[in-house]
Amino acid sequence: MSLAASGPQVTPQAVAEHGLDEDEYARILEILGREPNLLELGIFSVMWSEHCSYKSSKKWLKTLPTQAPHVICGPGENAGVIDIGEGYAAVFKMESHNHPSFIEPYQGAATGVGGILRDVFTMGARPIANLNALRFGDPAHPKTRHLVAGVVAGIGGYGNCVGVPTVGGEVNFDPAYNGNILVNAMTVGLAKADRIFYSAAAGAGYPIVYAGSKTGRDGIHGATMASAEFAEGTEEKRPTVQVGDPFTEKLLIEACLELMATDAIIGIQDMGAAGLTCSSFEMASKGGAGVELDLEKVPCREDGMTPYEMMLSESQERMLMVLQPGKQDLARRIFEKWDLDVAVVGHLTDSGRMVIKMNGEVVGDLPIDPLAEASPEYDRPHTPSPARPEIAADDVPAPEDAGDALLRLMATPDLSGKRWIWEQYDHMVMADTIGRPGGDAAVVRVHGSGRALAMTSDCTPRYCEADPRRGGAQAVAESWRNLTAVGARPLALTDNLNFGNPERPEIMGQLVGCIEGMREACEALDYPVVSGNVSLYNETEGKAILPTPVIGGVGLIDDARTRIDNALKQAGEAIVLVGETTGHLGASLYLRDVLGRRDGAPPPVDLAAERRNGEFVRVQIRDGALSACHDLADGGLAVALAEMALAGDIGATLARPAGDNPPLHAWLFGEDQARYLVTVKDGEAFCEAAHGAGVSAVVIGRTGGESLDLPGGQPISLDELRRAHEGWLPAYMERIA
Amino acid sequence: MKAAVIVFPGSNCDRDVMVALGQSMGSDPIMVWHKETSFETVDLIVLPGGFSYGDYLRSGAMAANSPVMREIIHRAENGVPTLGICNGFQVLTESGLLPGVLMRNADLKYICKDIHVRVETAQSLFTARYESGQTLRIPIAHHDGNYFADEATLDRMEEMGQIALRYCDPKGAAIENANPNGSARNIAGVFNESKTVLGMMPHPERLADPALSGNDGRGIFDALVEALS
Repeated sequence: MSLAASGPQVTPQAVAEHGLDEDEYARILEILGREPNLLELGIFSVMWSEHCSYKSSKKWLKTLPTQAPHVICGPGENAGVIDIGEGYAAVFKMESHNHPSFIEPYQGAATGVGGILRDVFTMGARPIANLNALRFGDPAHPKTRHLVAGVVAGIGGYGNCVGVPTVGGEVNFDPAYNGNILVNAMTVGLAKADRIFYSAAAGAGYPIVYAGSKTGRDGIHGATMASAEFAEGTEEKRPTVQVGDPFTEKLLIEACLELMATDAIIGIQDMGAAGLTCSSFEMASKGGAGVELDLEKVPCREDGMTPYEMMLSESQERMLMVLQPGKQDLARRIFEKWDLDVAVVGHLTDSGRMVIKMNGEVVGDLPIDPLAEASPEYDRPHTPSPARPEIAADDVPAPEDAGDALLRLMATPDLSGKRWIWEQYDHMVMADTIGRPGGDAAVVRVHGSGRALAMTSDCTPRYCEADPRRGGAQAVAESWRNLTAVGARPLALTDNLNFGNPERPEIMGQLVGCIEGMREACEALDYPVVSGNVSLYNETEGKAILPTPVIGGVGLIDDARTRIDNALKQAGEAIVLVGETTGHLGASLYLRDVLGRRDGAPPPVDLAAERRNGEFVRVQIRDGALSACHDLADGGLAVALAEMALAGDIGATLARPAGDNPPLHAWLFGEDQARYLVTVKDGEAFCEAAHGAGVSAVVIGRTGGESLDLPGGQPISLDELRRAHEGWLPAYMERIA
Repeated sequence: MKAAVIVFPGSNCDRDVMVALGQSMGSDPIMVWHKETSFETVDLIVLPGGFSYGDYLRSGAMAANSPVMREIIHRAENGVPTLGICNGFQVLTESGLLPGVLMRNADLKYICKDIHVRVETAQSLFTARYESGQTLRIPIAHHDGNYFADEATLDRMEEMGQIALRYCDPKGAAIENANPNGSARNIAGVFNESKTVLGMMPHPERLADPALSGNDGRGIFDALVEALS
């Protein structure tokens, strides 16, 4: 019996159901020289899905800078690796779990955390921090509250149990995410710089070992689902969402790290999207080897699973590794100590083929390189987003009372305090979190060293929508600034590019524009991309999300004692505004949330000024000159100062300096980039030093009192400000629906 | 002084407490695997925080029946000082070494934040470095910290001086608003009758280092080292 004849016949309908188009199917026929059977079709389908192949984005991703002297491993592996000195490396990546989280928020978000943790410890790193960038729909949408509750519980449920602190992230609300929320999870891990593990494996006859949870029928075709638009009836896809088991993940982390301390492992790969298929292909393809799998040896959760189901299952908490011959018993002892399943499920060959057997019978036989190399790469048509006109500050109405406008902004869904969320995450386990959630960047000590890592996730989707290129650059710049604001030297970033359907030229134009802006900023700031993930088809019934290229940044603080935060520390200090203020109100939160307008171009990003200002601030922090520092972003100067006052429980009085200023409301709420607010003992001396470095700086107020006194408004007591800022989210979440 | 930190599958504060205790001891405690049925003689046993066995049945319930617990129960009953933190506290109540139970938090959510506790008595191995009535700032991080025992048991525990810590406001008042999880009588930590076993929900090991923005937890470890060395 020929292979093609085994199992059910492949029909045109089956091809379409596997998300493959005619061209792609023709290429399959050419590669195989025959018709595929259903198992083989399924494997092509997942390997060539957008999720696994990056077929629409590859051309553009290649333009991003990925090199720097401290980069140990850039994109292409499970996670990026950078040298952080003293023999240590930071290993990190961000990944989306958008579609599953919309369908089943708890498990979708939980398994998103589990998956990204595995990407990091697969490389030999102990995960030391998690972050999450979340985007939800309009708070008034009937599903939003349920999705927020489920996603937050899922992230907490997984991360808390695994015992990795969830230290930071971001949350936005916008009607554009009503039918398509974004759940982007990032993990940062710590490894010895000379003990990094990769997926490439070669060596004919070497054993392929499976470890972790048993394989079940869950998550089959998750990667294909993540590569298609949503339509009515998406809830029916719930069975394709995987179920997470954080306890098993914790055991798997410990067992893998224990095995990695020996010399047994040649190559290792977690079973994530497309499970056993993708992991075995990846290892063999990178190592130039062939693979033979004996599926009857795969630990299964239930009887009667078919080869198709086993190869495409996305059951969680599973690892695949190639061991040195003779090390099987060592591995078995370690995994059994941790009560995990372990089995030799095949071996490497030198045939260059993947041969899948079940009880000795060949059920699939595919060439590895042609399949990987022939994976489609598209140069999809793209049209640039129409440019929006700049808005002059004078054309934007001023509020009657600046304080009222500030109170209103501080209580909006985007700017309101997110304590309700991060207090459900264990952000202190491992006892190295020195900069907790709520600051510009979280700071986690490098255990056993005097150093610390700063980390943050950033994106301003409304800027990306208004001008993808500026928005892409701004996301990178804000990430760089947030790391700088705690005293860290930004080293590298991971990106998570969330967009709509790339087959639409205007969506592809957003993707191309954002990547272009990111590239410019990465180059200007020496801030390379070392890992990333692309999530496309984030659309429901033809409506796309806002373009959302999330940047996950990591920076290094050489001496952890020098890090600072954004809380005002004592009364009587000078408040200094660093950076140029032109009062840019286009695409600002003031415009959107106070005036109800979504127009205008976003702020320009002057990358030279970013670099100059940031480097000056970072040196001042290192030298101990600043008592607090905060990056200026959403809501501008007034919002930043309010956040600093609340964090320190100390008031402040703000006064506009003499001279050329934009209109008061633009000065207070404009969102010009490359700016920081800092507090110092001697404002004049600080400004003089800044001017000497070519950096604009001006004293704009003093700390002290129990209220915030803005020009052009009544003083606002800190209590009132806190109620506004902290009140919205708990009230929203705990309202009886 | 010798100390043992017990490692259950799913423990995740084992290293944290090893570091904090080791800092006070000047040497590292030994780590004891849950499958051990005996281990060397030690002066102190610590059950760390985490999610032992995933807490899938009921927090601490499976750990209470693990091989190593038979030995620990035996030793604790014979007076070996035993400290259970968070999940360790849950294991101690599940195994009957401490009275009461820890139920799901009153608002049903996991909660992680700094809270204040009042030291109810300085008359113990564990709290001798504090003043009675002193307020400490220590984090909690749990889903099941809602302490419950019937009124008669609570009355008797109060009488015997078995209440170690109570949730309070920053000024030391054990008021309802300062109770993060619905615990009976704001109880955050309890002793056995002989005060050789302490279970507490807050994590002293997480604030035992000024770099972590607080040092209030260190007194527990220092007191134990002083008493047991």
